[in-house]
Amino acid sequence: MKAGHKFLLGAAVIVGSVGFLIAEGVKETGVYFLTPAELSAKSSADPTFAENVGFKVGAKVVPGSVRRDPNARTIDFQVSDGIKTYPVTYHGLVPDTFTDANDIEVVVEGRLGRDGIIRATDVLAKCGSRYEAVPKA
Amino acid sequence: MTLLGQFALWAAFLLGLWCVTIAFSGRWRRRPELSQSVIRSVYAVCGCLLVASVALWKGLISHDFNIEYVAAYTSRNLPSYYIFTAFWAGQKGSLLFWAVVLSIFAAAAQLLTSRRYAYLMPYVAGVTSAVVVFFVGVMLFAADPFERLGFTPEDGRGLNPQLQNVGMVIHPPMLYLGYISITIPFAFAVAALLSRRLDTGWIHAIRKWTLVSWLFLSIGITLGMWWAYVELGWGGYWAWDPVENASFLPWLTMTAFLHSVMIQEKRGMLKRWNLGLIIGTFLLSIFGTFITRSGVIASVHSFTQSNVGYFFLAFLVVGAILSFTLLYTRWSLLEAEVQLESMVSREAAFLFNNLLFVGIAFSVLWGTLFPILSELVKGTKITVGPPFFNRVNVPLGLLLLALTGVGPLIAWRKASTANLKRQFIVPAASGVLTLVALLALGIRDLYAIMALALAGFVAGTIMQEFYRGVRARRRMHGESTPVALVHLIGRNRRRYGGYIVHAGILIYFVAFAGMAFKREREATLKPGQSVELSSPFGHTYRFTHVGISQYEALNRIVSAATVEVAKNGRRAGLMSSEKRQHVDSFKRPTFEPSTEVAIRSNLQEDVYIVFAGAVNGTEEAVYRFNVNPLVWWVWFGGLVLALGGLITMWPGGGPLAVSTRRVQAGYEAALVGAAKE
Repeated sequence: MKAGHKFLLGAAVIVGSVGFLIAEGVKETGVYFLTPAELSAKSSADPTFAENVGFKVGAKVVPGSVRRDPNARTIDFQVSDGIKTYPVTYHGLVPDTFTDANDIEVVVEGRLGRDGIIRATDVLAKCGSRYEAVPKA
Repeated sequence: MTLLGQFALWAAFLLGLWCVTIAFSGRWRRRPELSQSVIRSVYAVCGCLLVASVALWKGLISHDFNIEYVAAYTSRNLPSYYIFTAFWAGQKGSLLFWAVVLSIFAAAAQLLTSRRYAYLMPYVAGVTSAVVVFFVGVMLFAADPFERLGFTPEDGRGLNPQLQNVGMVIHPPMLYLGYISITIPFAFAVAALLSRRLDTGWIHAIRKWTLVSWLFLSIGITLGMWWAYVELGWGGYWAWDPVENASFLPWLTMTAFLHSVMIQEKRGMLKRWNLGLIIGTFLLSIFGTFITRSGVIASVHSFTQSNVGYFFLAFLVVGAILSFTLLYTRWSLLEAEVQLESMVSREAAFLFNNLLFVGIAFSVLWGTLFPILSELVKGTKITVGPPFFNRVNVPLGLLLLALTGVGPLIAWRKASTANLKRQFIVPAASGVLTLVALLALGIRDLYAIMALALAGFVAGTIMQEFYRGVRARRRMHGESTPVALVHLIGRNRRRYGGYIVHAGILIYFVAFAGMAFKREREATLKPGQSVELSSPFGHTYRFTHVGISQYEALNRIVSAATVEVAKNGRRAGLMSSEKRQHVDSFKRPTFEPSTEVAIRSNLQEDVYIVFAGAVNGTEEAVYRFNVNPLVWWVWFGGLVLALGGLITMWPGGGPLAVSTRRVQAGYEAALVGAAKE
């Protein structure tokens, strides 16, 4: 066997394992990224979906729905895309960008309980408009 | 001033177009005055863009809030050094910064490149000017930094508080310098293809440039990690966010290139691969700008998003088509001069190293683009996060670390069994000893054990190389050890500078492994209450909440929560984490509140405290306490790596220097002698 062929064999092993790791990684760790409307469609089509499969929901926080309990470090709020609204509960610290302003976009990662409440494992927030949300003092 | 700025941009645009047209028409080959003109227009474009930059800085410094950019990113109460750096705080200014720096690099490439490569230079000028013209064009037609508002606000909106940090003053320009300087090697590669002069000439001409851009990228990425660590407050320094990945991708392919060019220089192999790599690196740098600016991929880093992203997409597609077509038309000129002789050779080790680098780059690219790809193919967006990237890249990274130890030990062409035995005994023993020590210490995390044991192996390799080099010099020249060490590095910068870079990488790996053992605890504390957290090194920290104080600083209202820290029962001092509400000069709040983390760092671990907020205006505070092991070593690894990089690229002492050859010959003679014993 020539060195070139041996190398090709080694290369095939590397390329194969990279491919395998990627495919396996996506299968094991990939989560759906849905809007509330899509989540609603998915969970009504397959009732076990919401409980068994982790997902992320990207939506806006419903203004005025934020309830913080600093002692328990729990935060409850509702997210909506204008079509469907879901209540969310999260235990943990939310980032600075999660404010009580009116137009914050969040990405909530978690699972949907039978009671229709999303139990979040992670909350990311992004301020929709950096310059217009300056409240008058 | 804005008029002057805009005029300068237009002048740069037209001059650049002239340069591109003449350079690619090829007419200059018969008419030396045209080739002169092409090169002079590079200098002229650089001059115009410098004028435009001065105009923007003038606007920023004079608080001319009628300029949209000045009003959007600065305010009267912004500290003056941030006014200076607000130049690149926003998208429009970044574009100008990019264009002006590229034009400076392009001019430097023309000035500094040896006359030997004169046949490449007009093409190089054409490529660099084409990229400059693109950036200036985007500014002129989509994102004018000199745009004026219909009215003049009393004060500007101020700089995002997360950008008000020393790291943010240096990090973006460093990363930009890295991104931007990639254009120069890319331009030489295209010039070599266009001129059909595909010997190693272009590779010698860009050696310093590839090192420069690699060094800037490395420093930029490390500073980015530092900024994320001290400013974002989630307790880590790398989150596989698309923006971070975007900076990592060209670094990976550039590192692969730095290794593979050595094979082309020594053995005349991998010509096509090298050209592909440098073209790919350039395209990835543009791709990075595209994904951060277009908003097609959600990132926690909030960059301004606009249609500018699509200009970059178009540029990316056109650039990819043109450069790969060019490569294809020159395919037959790029035959390898020799074939691989043995699997057990330096060449083979480098080939596998390259495959791994590109494999990692591919998986990072795939993971970053996966939400888009899955939506296109399956109709549902599926995202992958840090677990995916760690699962894929930790094993690949460890293999790469192993090769870092193997590569320098194997001979070129074909290694003999005797050579292998002689070279590997010490490093392998060092790796095994580390492994035994780790197991004896009771460490059970598989990946951390592998990383640390391999680090032991690589450290063995590097020390053996230095030890043997020094010994050879001591014998040959009768020098003392420190003198021999300095001469060894000084006369053989590329090789030993490279080993120092490897040492830096090794330190990174050790530091990354440390993060597997981080500890975290959240608590809500009234003044006087405390919690305990034990560290992986066996220390016990006790955090006692002292209270919250409020005060006003220059451009912000601060709530500072203070904790008394005791380490193993002994008082270790106070630490304060702050919540800052930035305000403008009329005391109106700007931006959302931001957190200032409290960090106390030593060689073992960092204590990292985040004040998450007060309970309903009382002095009861919500905290997150972290103990992060070995973080200091990330920054130290960065320093070592930068030092190694600087040594390899320090002027003089190139491969042709006589002294170097003599030392190398001496070292090799000593090796042969030792092998015969």
